[in-house]
Amino acid sequence: MKRRQLKTDKLLVFAVSAFAFLLLAAPVVLLLISGVGSRAWEGLPDSATILSAAVLSFASTLAVVCLAAILGTPLAYVLSRYEFRGKRLISLFIELPIVMPPAVAGLALLLTFGRRGVIGSLLADAGIIIPFSILAVILAQFFISAPFYIRSAQVGFSSIAAEIEDAARVDGAYGWLMFWHITLPIAWRALIAGMILSWARALGEFGATMLFAGNLQGKTQTMPLLVYSVFERDINAAIWTGLILIVLALIALSLSQWLARAQDKMN
Amino acid sequence: MRIPAILQALLIVGFGASIASAQDRIAGSLTIYAATSLTDVFEAMEAAFVEAYPAVEILLNFANSATLAAQIRAGAPADIFASANELQMENAVESGRVDEAEVEIFAHNRLIVIVPADNPAKLQSMDELADDGVLLVLAVVGTPIRAYTDAMLASHNGDYGEDFDERVLRNLVSEESNVRQVVARVALGEADAGVVYQSDALGAVADQLITIPIDERHNQLASYPIAPLNDAAAPDLAEAFIRFLRSEAAQTILAGNGFCWPAILENAQATEATLAPTLESTDEDEAPEIDCEAATIEN
Repeated sequence: MKRRQLKTDKLLVFAVSAFAFLLLAAPVVLLLISGVGSRAWEGLPDSATILSAAVLSFASTLAVVCLAAILGTPLAYVLSRYEFRGKRLISLFIELPIVMPPAVAGLALLLTFGRRGVIGSLLADAGIIIPFSILAVILAQFFISAPFYIRSAQVGFSSIAAEIEDAARVDGAYGWLMFWHITLPIAWRALIAGMILSWARALGEFGATMLFAGNLQGKTQTMPLLVYSVFERDINAAIWTGLILIVLALIALSLSQWLARAQDKMN
Repeated sequence: MRIPAILQALLIVGFGASIASAQDRIAGSLTIYAATSLTDVFEAMEAAFVEAYPAVEILLNFANSATLAAQIRAGAPADIFASANELQMENAVESGRVDEAEVEIFAHNRLIVIVPADNPAKLQSMDELADDGVLLVLAVVGTPIRAYTDAMLASHNGDYGEDFDERVLRNLVSEESNVRQVVARVALGEADAGVVYQSDALGAVADQLITIPIDERHNQLASYPIAPLNDAAAPDLAEAFIRFLRSEAAQTILAGNGFCWPAILENAQATEATLAPTLESTDEDEAPEIDCEAATIEN
């Protein structure tokens, strides 16, 4: 009796799990199938539009990842090594964009860097207008995606025992030298995993870009914006762009997970 | 055959009751898919309709007409579709969910150029939209407002040079997904100019905007078709709402929101709506009147 009860419990758990998986996987699989079924690659419509969106997406996300690495690495290091007042609050603010609705982020960016914004109005006086430029695309993507890198890097740095760095200091390795020869070789997988993750998030960024940077082919129209702009006019272009984005996201995600696993094994 | 008096009385009472309860019997939920430019006016219509039929709940879904037509094509559960142009209504008809015979035009609109109240680009007239460095925002290609705008710009080519429309479009910095986002960009002062419907330059944003009128010879007459869906969940409600749009009360609401009712075109009635001030008359007393009778119907 007890055994049978256990069996039905197990069955229920599996059934619910299967349903949940279907709910998550079916839309993506069906999009892939409909793309393949309609032979989307043959009737590649208006490839110039897709190409310019792809170029823009790659250029901006590359800049975002570099920016995240340059600005985010010191921040992540400080957060993982030092204890200070207000650290929790700072961490909260850094991670807020991860859960913040992107449209809200776009609005916040507009109020900061827009032509009438607090900082934007100063820039506008100097003749620099950020909205409607690739700079705005990069800013929007950075705002949304850099937290993913910072979080991952922070975990990577935290996994290095303080004794290792202490020992290195005893041996005369300080500052940049120690970071380059000790910290980085140990934590690089976490940093790369974070970069890939933030790259993938930046690649998919839509809401903040739309609100803050606007939407113009060749200027600010990244691939997600293209999907939105053409879906009712040219469903094939939308599916095509969507397929490219899904494949890239899949590659990025598996790379990132593989690296994170490798880092775990090392420690 | 003589009908017994008592039966007559019953019939009369019955009829009376059925008339009296007609408004009460109209109950339920009505889903309306409407073009973004109808946002304010349909919210006002909703209030007026629900006042007349308290048992009715109206759900409004606003998006650009092309998106709505695509959603209807994909089987979205709507009772009524109100489009900002005839092309997107035709798309809905092609999907088989709207009967062509049911489609009727219920309102008209005109185009207008809007600039932020402080006019950062110092724009004074239509031809200056082609000046270097003007940050112009339009709705995305495929939306009705963009189709009207492109036609309007091309119509100016005779006056300002045959590449006028191309020179204007070179100043385009963003294509927004619907007309209200064009208004927001300009009202926020992020863009120097935008082309919207005159009805969009009314209401809460009016004091953040200045309007530049468009020459009647080149302005376009936007037509708003409406139709019930033939698989509507609430066909009676849909019919009642569309009937209500033909009423005088609805006509007043349309006019007050900067639209022209087809009847206004015929009767040449003046309206009470006031636009954002134009450049010529920043004086509020001289706010221009909505002018539809001068409209030239082009198609």
